[in-house]
Amino acid sequence: MEQQAFHHALKIRHDVCTGCSHCMKVCPTEALRVHGGKALLYPVWCIDCGECHRVCPTRAIVVEDDDFKDIFRYRRRILLIPSIFIGQFGATVSRREIMDILLHLGFTDVREAEHSVDFLIDEINRYLQTHEKPVISSFCPAVTRLIQIRFPALVDHVLRLKQPLEVTTEYFRQWYARQGVDPADVGIFYLTPCAAKIASIKAPVGDYASPIDGVINMNYMYNRVLQERGKELPATTHETQVSARGMTWSLTGGEVRHIDGKGLAIDGIENVVEFLERIENDEISGVDYLELRACDESCSGGILTPYNRFLAAECIRLNAQAQASANDAIDEYRQYLSGAIDVGQIRPRSMVKYDLDITKALQKMEKARELKRALPGVDCGACGAPSCEALAEDIVRGQAAVEHCIFIQTRSEKQGLLPQEQAIKIMEKIWGKEKIDECAIRDEEMKTYQTERHIIK
Amino acid sequence: MQLTFHVQGGDFTRAGDASSQVKKTLKQLNIDPSVTKRVVVALYEAEVNIVAHAHRGVITADIDPVRILLRLEDEGPGIPDIELAMQRGFSTASAEVREMGFGAGMGLPNILENADRFHIDSVVGKGTTLTIAVNLQPCP
Repeated sequence: MEQQAFHHALKIRHDVCTGCSHCMKVCPTEALRVHGGKALLYPVWCIDCGECHRVCPTRAIVVEDDDFKDIFRYRRRILLIPSIFIGQFGATVSRREIMDILLHLGFTDVREAEHSVDFLIDEINRYLQTHEKPVISSFCPAVTRLIQIRFPALVDHVLRLKQPLEVTTEYFRQWYARQGVDPADVGIFYLTPCAAKIASIKAPVGDYASPIDGVINMNYMYNRVLQERGKELPATTHETQVSARGMTWSLTGGEVRHIDGKGLAIDGIENVVEFLERIENDEISGVDYLELRACDESCSGGILTPYNRFLAAECIRLNAQAQASANDAIDEYRQYLSGAIDVGQIRPRSMVKYDLDITKALQKMEKARELKRALPGVDCGACGAPSCEALAEDIVRGQAAVEHCIFIQTRSEKQGLLPQEQAIKIMEKIWGKEKIDECAIRDEEMKTYQTERHIIK
Repeated sequence: MQLTFHVQGGDFTRAGDASSQVKKTLKQLNIDPSVTKRVVVALYEAEVNIVAHAHRGVITADIDPVRILLRLEDEGPGIPDIELAMQRGFSTASAEVREMGFGAGMGLPNILENADRFHIDSVVGKGTTLTIAVNLQPCP
């Protein structure tokens, strides 16, 4: 049960954050709090799902990607694009035009990230024959991290094969070497639709280093394509090499329909959590493969995708109809990468809620239960914690005080146990002095809103 | 620490609530996942037994640093032949219960398999009390 720092692609900009607490309410691992008027992250509990980024009204939660200029450190600059990217433009920009622009912007080659899917399907089906069911797909890095943290008993069910992006990268590294390109000249960059993929590249789960050199934010590249659109650009040659199966792999149901046996596809982090609870309880049997994705509509709902997720998915499905059913390179994949895509051990990253020592943990838990009974149970979040239960846990861990609860505060004031100035100070400590001062309404205005009906004297 | 749950006979929609709560508690205590799983499986089977066979029951879970002690006391028909009930595949569950995917005759044998100590007390026409203990430290 390790407690170490992990690389996170999501960062909170405290100069922009207003401490509105929207993020705190949606975090599936309760990793966020509000303190000093700012959102605070417990990094060990974060799974990089990006739900906080999605709801942040001030864009204070940012994704740490690589600088685009980094690509020019390499002579051969290869961009791996997921099929989701083409789906972002609907019918407004053609695939041909998108490719021309990407090459014009500085890449020397553009390749499809799902190029390796046909090979991977065979490898997964072989893996299924020898591993305990259900096997849980490791395609979505946020789900893998969710399992490590919230469902440690299930880590052995997670598929221990590299994912299309990594297998494709390794294939092309070898391919360029075979073409006589100096490996030191080759830089492979991934255009990402989400933060979780960045975390998985910077800090892979398992015992291997990522073969990818850098990550480019899809939102950024979307804007660049639109800015360059319509300019006279030299025409380039680019053949689409991804199969129909590869193109639809990242959509909901994209994996399960090619898997031998009974598979289930579930998208949306809350749906995934609910299902994993049942799997953990051994309540579900007869399922061989689980495709679990953190985002609604899978990668087309990624936090860095600008287009409507349903329309993007539809666009990709239509595009896929024109593609071959399998990739020509599958034999080369078999020759060079068969049996070489294992990720090694995946370890649990359990949340230490109370203490590593069970005697102390039991004492603290007992106290937290007692506290929770004293708290109002409305989960209002005014204390700066996402729920009454979370506040109780924070208190026994020494990270919060019982007076942080607005109900307890009101009661203490009523009983004369807490001076008003003290109560104000507590609220200012949680929400920031500014936020309390901002709530000022002029006295005369205040009167118009205060009616006899609403004020109990 | 003690947790208490009330179980209503025939309410299959809520079968598993007690085992889910106990699971959550053991996870928060960082109990080894393999041990937690054994506790959850044993408790779930016993909980479903109350729902499927009895009128009502009370579950208590006593947790100390060494072991978890589960006590499931129900008011119900009781078990006339405990030895027979312990046999794999033996079941007195009704056709309706079987249709819902329960009543395969694996409940009690499954509990025995996952418990470190297991005891059944039953009085026909009155009810059944199961006592299940699981050591919280995994076997070396």
